[in-house]
Amino acid sequence: MKNKVKLTLLLTTGLVASGCTSLGVQPWERDLLAKKEMTLSNGLDDSLDDHIYFSKEASSGGRSFGGGGCGCN
Amino acid sequence: MSLGINAQQQLSSQKSLEAELLKHQGKVIYLDFWASWCGPCRKSFPWMNQVQNKYVDQGFTVISVNLDTEFELAKKFLEHTPANFPVVYDPQGLLAKKYELLGMPSSFLIGKDGQIKRAHVGFFTKNQPTYEHEIKTLIENKALSSAH
Repeated sequence: MKNKVKLTLLLTTGLVASGCTSLGVQPWERDLLAKKEMTLSNGLDDSLDDHIYFSKEASSGGRSFGGGGCGCN
Repeated sequence: MSLGINAQQQLSSQKSLEAELLKHQGKVIYLDFWASWCGPCRKSFPWMNQVQNKYVDQGFTVISVNLDTEFELAKKFLEHTPANFPVVYDPQGLLAKKYELLGMPSSFLIGKDGQIKRAHVGFFTKNQPTYEHEIKTLIENKALSSAH
């Protein structure tokens, strides 16, 4: 019984420890990550977000387009 | 059509490289891994063409492995940046995995005995004389200095 527990523990530890080893991007696979469709958000989301920040906090830019704000619209 | 070529090349990337290596057995080989999206790779092409021209008669050849997942992109690259050396296509990265590449581009200098004598990660214009010196040394069948 004790041995079984030990074995299970060992197996679990092994699995957890090696769980993420196969993840990650190889140097020759970076072209796929750089593709447009791999960006985390789309243009519409970003522009709506930016409009909110621009209007409420008088700040904009820092993402994809430059510019400052007066906070007047 | 292009899909057909691609599928065929996926199957045979390892075989094509083996065939190329066999064809040039006994020569000094500069094995280069590149992709169309990799800037330094673009920079290395004129140099590789140049050394290929310069040393091809002395028992030397460049063999390159393309790692683009899309064959079309590699084709477009080669239209703009022609290569005067063989290109093996490895869209699945099987060869890249086999050679355990650490970065792009990667190159391996193989001596006349078929052994890898030196590996380089990246391509640096300022190191071009070193790269060429290593090729010359191996063509003369001398050992490379241990200093990298």
